[in-house]
Order: sequence, then C-alpha cells, then structure tokens
Amino acid sequence: MGFLDIRNVTKSYGQVEVLHRVDIAVEEGEFLVLVGPSGCGKSTLLNMIAGLEGISAGEIAIKGRVVNGVHPSKRNIAMVFQSYALYPNMTVGQNMTFGLEMHGVPKPERDRALADVAKLLQIETLLDRKPGQLSGGQRQRVAMGRALVRNPDVFLFDEPLSNLDAKLRVDMRTEIKKLHQKLKTTIVYVTHDQIEALTLSTRIAVMNKGHVQQLGTPKEIYDTPANVFVATFMGSPAMNIVPAKIVLRDGHPHAALTDADGTLQHLRFSQGNLGAWEGRDILLGIRPEAITDPEGADRKSHNIVALRNRVTVTEPAGADTFVTMTLSGKDAIARMRADANVAPGQVFDFAVNMEKAVAFDPETEQRIA
Amino acid sequence: MSAVTQDTAVSTGRVTRAFIYLVLILFALFYLLPLYVMGVNSLKPLEEITGGNMMALPSTWTLDPWRSAWSTAQIGVEPTGLKPYFLNSILMVVPAVAISTIVGALNGYVLTKWRFRGDTWVFGLMLFSCFIPFQIVLIPMAVVLGKLGLAGSVPGLILVHVVYGIGFTTLYFRNYYAAFPTELVRAAMIDGAGFFRIFWRILLPVSGPIAVVSVIWQFTNIWNDFLFGASFGGTSQPMTVALNNLVQSSTGVKEYNVHFAGAILAALPTLIVYIVAGRYFVRGLMAGSVKG
Repeated sequence: MGFLDIRNVTKSYGQVEVLHRVDIAVEEGEFLVLVGPSGCGKSTLLNMIAGLEGISAGEIAIKGRVVNGVHPSKRNIAMVFQSYALYPNMTVGQNMTFGLEMHGVPKPERDRALADVAKLLQIETLLDRKPGQLSGGQRQRVAMGRALVRNPDVFLFDEPLSNLDAKLRVDMRTEIKKLHQKLKTTIVYVTHDQIEALTLSTRIAVMNKGHVQQLGTPKEIYDTPANVFVATFMGSPAMNIVPAKIVLRDGHPHAALTDADGTLQHLRFSQGNLGAWEGRDILLGIRPEAITDPEGADRKSHNIVALRNRVTVTEPAGADTFVTMTLSGKDAIARMRADANVAPGQVFDFAVNMEKAVAFDPETEQRIA
Repeated sequence: MSAVTQDTAVSTGRVTRAFIYLVLILFALFYLLPLYVMGVNSLKPLEEITGGNMMALPSTWTLDPWRSAWSTAQIGVEPTGLKPYFLNSILMVVPAVAISTIVGALNGYVLTKWRFRGDTWVFGLMLFSCFIPFQIVLIPMAVVLGKLGLAGSVPGLILVHVVYGIGFTTLYFRNYYAAFPTELVRAAMIDGAGFFRIFWRILLPVSGPIAVVSVIWQFTNIWNDFLFGASFGGTSQPMTVALNNLVQSSTGVKEYNVHFAGAILAALPTLIVYIVAGRYFVRGLMAGSVKG
C-alpha cells in the first residue's frame, strides 16, 4: 500500500468513459508525473485526487484513508494551478495564508508559516504586493508558496510551467526539482511536456485516451517504452519507427530493412528473444541518438552496427546536427555531433547502436523486444 | 514627404475638427434645452410664464415654486407637496435595488461556478422574464400581492420590483462571472472556503464594475416606474405617481412653475446617480468584452 493509492479509478460522464481503471500507488516522497497529450485524462485524474471532480468507480486513498467524497479542503492536499489562481483582490501574504485562515489557524502561527515559506522561496519583499503587480515567474513562486504554507500530505501541480516563457520555464523546472529534493514531499505533477516529465519525475505515468500506457522510472520509459505511443511521445526528436522484417543469420535475429537506394540492409539485434518472429514483419524503434557517425558511437555498447545510407537533409542545431535519411520508405533522424562531416545527398556510413533498439508488434503496437 | 504616423486614432485636419466640435456643441445645447426651460421656469412667478416668454430668464427670481412643490402643493386631495411621496420612493428604491442586486449576484455566482443539471434552462427562463411586458402581469401580480397581504404598501412595491429586476441583474452578473476564472473558485475550495465565503471573499471584491451597472439600471428603472406605482401603490404611492397627480390636476389654476420644480425634483435622484457613477456604468457594460 502506498502513500497515495489510486485503485481502479474510473471516470465517466454519462455513457462516455474518459478514464479507464487507473491503478497507481505513489510512495511517500515520490515525484509522479502524469504526462500525455491533451484530452488523455491526466488533468481529470489530478482533479479527482484533489476532490474537484467525483470518482465514478474505484477509490483514492491518501495515507491509507479513502478520500472518495471527502471535501477538497479536508484531504490535506494543496494544488498549484496552471493559471496560478491567485486571488486578485488580496496581497501575496493574504493569498498565501488564506487557506490557513479558513482552517482556523491563529494569526501568529500563520505569520510564522508565511515567513518560513517566503524565506524559502525568496519572496519576502513581495508579500505586500497584489498579484497584478507581479511578473509571471513571481506569480509562479507565490502559487507554490501558497501550497507550501499549508504543509500538505500531497502536492498537486496542474501544468504549472506552461504559462511561462521558454527560458523561465527551464529555471523554474530546476527550482521545483531542488525544492522537491530539499523537502522530500510527495508530488503529483501533470504536464504535456515530455521533457518536464523526464527531468522532474522519479516515476512517470504516460497516459493516452484515458489509459495509463506505461508506469515507470524515466529511464524505463525512455529505454524500454511499452508501446509505439510511449516510444514516440517521449523524447525529442521522437523515436524512429520503421517497418522491418526479422531474419535469422548465424542464429541471431536481424532487422532487414531497405535503405534510400532500395538496397536491403541487416541490423543485428542484441535481444535474442526475437527468434520466434523469424520471417515476420515488425516495427523497429531506434532513438535518434542511437544513430551516429562511427566516431560518435557509444563506446560502451557491444553492438554497434554499420548502416550505409544516403543523407536527405541536415539540420545543424548548435550542440547537435540532425540528419534525416530514408529507411524502409520512412524518414528517420540521426543525432550527430555538431562537427560531424555530413552533407545532403552524400552516402554516409552511419553507426547504429542496436543495444538501444526496440521492436514492436505491428498489429498491437506493443513492444516485443 | 510627410512623416508616417503610428497614431491609431483617425487623424483629421483643423477645419474638420472645428466642424465636429461645432456639431457636437449644437447637439448638446439642443439636448440641454428642456432642462434649461424647466430650470428657468421653476424659478419665476407664475405670471411671468403665463404672460410672457417661456425661454426668457426670470425677471424676479423666486424659490417659492420649489417650496410649494416640495411641501405645500395639492397632490390629489391633500396639500402635502411631494415630500412624503419622495420618501416613499426612497423607501421603495433602496431596498428593491439592494435586494435585486444581491440576489442577481448570487444567481450569477451559482449559474457560473456551481453549475447543475439544467442550469442553462433556469438561466434561459430568467432571461425570459426580461422580455415580459409590465402590463401582462398586472392582474396576476395584484392577486399575489392581495394573498400575501402586501397590496398598496411599500413592501409590496419592493417585492414587485425585486421580482421584475432579478432577470436583468442575473443576466449582468452571470455574464460577468462567466469570465471570472473558475480555477480561483477551485483554489478557494481547496483552501477550505465554503459557498458563501468564496462569494464574499473572492468574487464580490472584484464585482465593483458590474455592481455599479446593476445598481444604476435598477435604480433608474424602479425610480422612474409609473405603472406598478400607480397600480399597487395604494396609500404609499411613489414620486412618479404623485408628480402625475400634481401635474394632471384638472381643477384650479395650472401652476406651471410648481410643476417644473416638481418634475426636476422627481428627476434629480437618477440624475445624481448617473453623474456620480456614470463612467463606471460604461466601464462595467464593456467589461469582459475587451481583454485587458
């Protein structure tokens, strides 16, 4: 039993089921990120944990207490909203202590809690201002401060960084992570940004169409995605998914695929369990960073396979150069070092790290190896 | 080459501008003419009006018509002046405006932030009440007031005006609160504030502009209402009915100067409300339609 238990939770509006039997146990101090495209049900799930939306079936328990039907204010949770939801008519200080005031905490105690949190977030100088006089980043801090003052069991974040500009978002991301490492609080965080999910979380639940597609650590999600959806949603640029056929050579499974000129090439899998798929079509998944120039290949890998192919486009992006090629009729992207010597139209010797390759069943799109 | 101006306002030449102002001033004078006529004629003795030019300034200035209109003029059969009726109007308008505005605010709050099954229907029906002509409800209203024992009293008039005004005030507040972020209400719920606490502490403090709209609208409508006042006023008739009785008396000399003074007295409160709160009125009506 976890600290926050989501057991077989289902949400339906009338006949339409939008969340299907979600089952997640969150340990104390864990940073769980719910990630998925819009409409996947992640915010609905968060609102159900908060008590802002009813639970159609299943139950949610916080610290072993089932909270179905318990009022949001009595669940000992705090929430940071996407729009920050600061009360415009109150000062920053009043905003942050409003919850304590509503819970009947006496004034001296409120002031002490406020001073502590203001110091932690370095917003002491802002306490007498109105939210309208604050910048986006400051509002974000105040919104977090309001949650921290309550000292809740679980923090809920609903896309808190999506209203900030790109640079500030990266700064605040680091700050949230620091805060979590310092305070060891239990956090459930909703985002549609896969980078936020990978950087912040201790565990990720990737959601799509009301189903949890995969629940695991960032490394598990990134390296061994459960299906094609998770593989392509997490990571940027997305994982290359190309059709291939399994052939056995010297007893080892190989992925046979055609290059840009129609020549058949064979890439040896590290996984041995694909023998049963001999002669059948699969979807081969390779991350862009697993396709490099030979000098840039991972030296620790035991299975670097050469791939000769024609370059269609090169996109220098500062730190990396992205190289596009055609594999089995699909575009595939390779992530090269910035100074890799490669030009469009050129036939280039790529190095593929097949230790990182995965294979999917083309029918079910589930991972098979 | 002329410099390109970044000004977004329509730029006009000096002559055009002078012409525009001239036209505007002429219109303003035209609209102010009745007020001028009322003003000057309420300050002169009756002989000057009957004997001479309505437009001229008084040759003898006097406040007697005002005193008469206020405290001694014959209203119906009693020589009371307009004073008691003015009081009736105040006693009716203040609670009616306050109650209908508060109820409208609560309705708007519920219809946008505590939505329930069929809430759009409820709102639609309330909107419908804005379109019902006064005359249609006179008889059913009389029956209801009679059954409640409120016929011919100030509380009866208050009830009538509150019932009639709720449609409009609900419309105002609903549309205003629809633009109010629901996340704030949710945040307050998590913070532990209840239904009324959220209303009182979170929504009301930012409702200033729309409250002004509601108050002005209700005040002018209720103060200027004649039909309900004449029908259900009984012994507590409002100012409008009394003014009618003063002006329309068919016996004796027509004291035009007193009539003018009375008419100004009747119009004064709405005039003051508009002057004091008028700019908030426009601001409130525009609220939400333009971002920022």
